[in-house]
Amino acid sequence: MWAFINKLRSPKWFYAISARLQPWFWAAALILIVTGTVWGLAFAPADYQQGNSFRIIYVHVPAAFLAQSIFVSMAIAGLVFMVWKIKVADMAAAMMAPLGAAMTFIALFSGAVWGVPTWGTWWMWDARLTSMLILLFLYLGVIALRGAFTSRDSASRAASVLAMVGVINIPIIKYSVDWWYTLHQPATFSITGRAAMPMEMWAPLLIMVLGFYSFFIALTLMRTRSEILRRESNKRWVRDLAGEER
Amino acid sequence: MMGTEGSLSGEVPVALRGEPGGGLAVAFWATLKRDLVLLLRRRSEVMNPLVFFAIVITLFPIGISPDPQLLTAIAPGLLWVAALLAALLSLDSLFRADYDDGTLEQLLLTPQPLAMLALAKVAVHWLLTGLPLALMAPLLGIMLALPAGSYGVLAISLALGSASLSLIGAIGAALTVGLSRGGVLLSLLVLPLYIPVLIFGAGAVQAAIFGDGVMAHLAILGALLALALILAPLAIAASLRISING
Amino acid sequence: MSLRLQAQNLACERDDRWLFRGLDLDIRAGEIVRVEGPNGSGKTTLLKILSGQLADYEGELFWDERPMCEARDAFLSNLLYMGHAPGVKAALTPLENLTWYQAMAGQSQDEASRYAALDDVGLAGFEDLPAGQLSAGQQRRVALARLVLTPRSLWVLDEPFTAIDRDGVAALERRLYDHARQGGCVLVTTHHELTPCAELRRIHLGGGGLDDGN
Repeated sequence: MWAFINKLRSPKWFYAISARLQPWFWAAALILIVTGTVWGLAFAPADYQQGNSFRIIYVHVPAAFLAQSIFVSMAIAGLVFMVWKIKVADMAAAMMAPLGAAMTFIALFSGAVWGVPTWGTWWMWDARLTSMLILLFLYLGVIALRGAFTSRDSASRAASVLAMVGVINIPIIKYSVDWWYTLHQPATFSITGRAAMPMEMWAPLLIMVLGFYSFFIALTLMRTRSEILRRESNKRWVRDLAGEER
Repeated sequence: MMGTEGSLSGEVPVALRGEPGGGLAVAFWATLKRDLVLLLRRRSEVMNPLVFFAIVITLFPIGISPDPQLLTAIAPGLLWVAALLAALLSLDSLFRADYDDGTLEQLLLTPQPLAMLALAKVAVHWLLTGLPLALMAPLLGIMLALPAGSYGVLAISLALGSASLSLIGAIGAALTVGLSRGGVLLSLLVLPLYIPVLIFGAGAVQAAIFGDGVMAHLAILGALLALALILAPLAIAASLRISING
Repeated sequence: MSLRLQAQNLACERDDRWLFRGLDLDIRAGEIVRVEGPNGSGKTTLLKILSGQLADYEGELFWDERPMCEARDAFLSNLLYMGHAPGVKAALTPLENLTWYQAMAGQSQDEASRYAALDDVGLAGFEDLPAGQLSAGQQRRVALARLVLTPRSLWVLDEPFTAIDRDGVAALERRLYDHARQGGCVLVTTHHELTPCAELRRIHLGGGGLDDGN
C-alpha cells in the first residue's frame, strides 16, 4: 500500500503508466459509444408515450451520471492530494473540473431539448434539471476559485477543500430539491426516473454510460499527462524526454 | 523600550512549558468578546445588512406590484432570499480585517484548536447579523402582507437558518480571505450551498401560512444546523490555514 | 525537557521553485539565529515553517527531540511568533489588544502585568487610546509588549525592527540578547545589522534555483 502511494507521488511514474493505460480506454470509449449510439438510435424501440424523442436519453443520462461522478472523483482526488500530498491527484482534479462542467452543461442542454417535445417548453423547474443546474454552479465555483489564486499550491488546496465541501452538500442539495419539487409540482411528468424500462431500451443506455465513463477516464489521463509536462517542465526527466523527441 | 534590564531579570521568562492544559474556554470567550467589541465600535457595519434587507424588500413591491394577494404569495421566498443576501453581504469582512492586521496568523498559532476559535468568530457574525435579521423580518413581513400567524415561524426559521448560513458562508470567507477581490467570488462559492437552507427556511414560512407541517421544516433546519456545526468549523480551519499561506 | 528545535533535510518548493533544499538546523537554548538572504530567498517562508504555520515542506521537524506532529501543542505553547503585520487591532486599545493575547496564551487575566508590559515598551500613557491612532512604530511596540507579557522560550520574529526608532532598536536588541542569555532562543530575520556576539549565529539562504534531481 505504502509502496504504491510512494510510487504515485512521482509524476514520472504516473506519466509512464498512463501511457500504457490510455489507448485501452480510448479504444473502449470508441467501441462502446459507437455501439451504444447505433443501437440506441437505430434499433431500440420507440417509446410508447414519447415516441422517438426519448432517444435523447442516450446522451442525457450518461452525461448526467458523469457530471455527478466527476464531482465525486474530483473531491476524492482533492482528499488524496491533501492527505498524501500527491501532486498528480491535484493535476487530475484540475483537469476534471472543466470536463465535469461541460458534462453538466450537456446534461442540462439535452434536458432542455428534451423538454420541447415533452413539456412544450425549453425549461421546466424539474427536480433533476434544477439539481443539475446547481451542480453546474458548484463546478463553476471550483473552477473560479482555482483561477483566483496566484500561487498554484494555494489554488490546489483551496479547490480541494471546496470540492470536498461540495461533495458533502451534493446529496443534501439533491434531497432538498426533490423535496421542494414534490411540494410545489406534485403532478408534473418527470422526463426520466420511471421504473421498468424494457431491456431493449435499457441495454444500449448501459453501454453508453460505460462508453462515457471510458471516455472520461481516457480524456482525464491524456489531459493529466500534458499537465504533468507543463508543471514539471523544468524537471530533468521532462527535459530529457523533450531531448529524446527532438 | 526602556528599562529592559529591570523587567527581565528577576523572573525566569524562558522556562519551558509542557502541554497546555485547558484554556480553550478562556480563548473562546476572549475571541468572542473581542469581536463583539470590535463590531459594536463600528455600528455602521452591523447596521448595513439590516438596511440592505429593508431596501431590497422595498424594491420588490415597486418592481412587481403592490397587490397584497400577489405579495402574500411570494413573501416567504422574498424575505428569505433578501435576508440570505444581506447575511452574505457582511461575510466578506468576517476574516479580512484579521487577515490584514496579522491577528489571523496569531489565531492560527495559539495552542488551541483553530476550529473552535473560528467558531467563536462565526458566532459573533450570527449574533450581529443573522439574529438581528431574524428579528427584523416580521416587520418587513407586515409590508409584504404576510398573513398573521406566520411571523413567529418566520423569525424562528431565519434565526435557525441564518446560523447555518453563517457557518457555511464562513467556509467561503476563509477560502477567499487571501484574495484581494474575494467578494463576488465568495457569493459564487457560497450561494449554491445555501440552497437547502433556503428551501426549508422559506418552506417553513409557507407551511405556516397554509397551516401544516411547520415543525418538520424547522426540524430539518435544525438538523442542517447540527451538521454544519460539526463539519463547517473543520472546513473553516483548513481553509484559513490555506489562505494564510497564499 | 530541553529547548531544541531541529530541522532535517528541510526543503520547500513554491510554485516550481526551490526556495531552499537540504537545510539542516539545530537551534538550542541560548542562541540568537539570524536568517539572512536576499529578497525572495524564503526567509519568511522558513520562519513560517519553523513556527508551524506552513505544512507544505519536505523534511522533518523536531521539537524537544520529538517529531513536530506529536509535539505540536507543546511547541506552540512555547512559541511566540511575530510576523510582518504587527497583529494589533486598530479599533482596540493597546490594553485590550494585550488582553486578547493574554487569553490566547492561556494566562491569567492580570491587568497590572499588561500595564507593566506597555510601560516597558515605552507606551505608558497610551494604554487607553485606540491603537489606530498610534504611529506605526508605536503599534509595533504594542506587539513587542507581548515579549514582556507572555513568557515564551522560543521567539520567532520576522522583521521585528520595522518602523521602530533608534532607541527602540537598541532596547529591542538588548532584549533579544537578554532572552538568549537567560536560556531562551531567538529566531529572527532583519535588515538591521545585529551587534556580533557569542550568542549570534547566522543562516544564509541563497537562491534555490531549478530542480536538478530526478
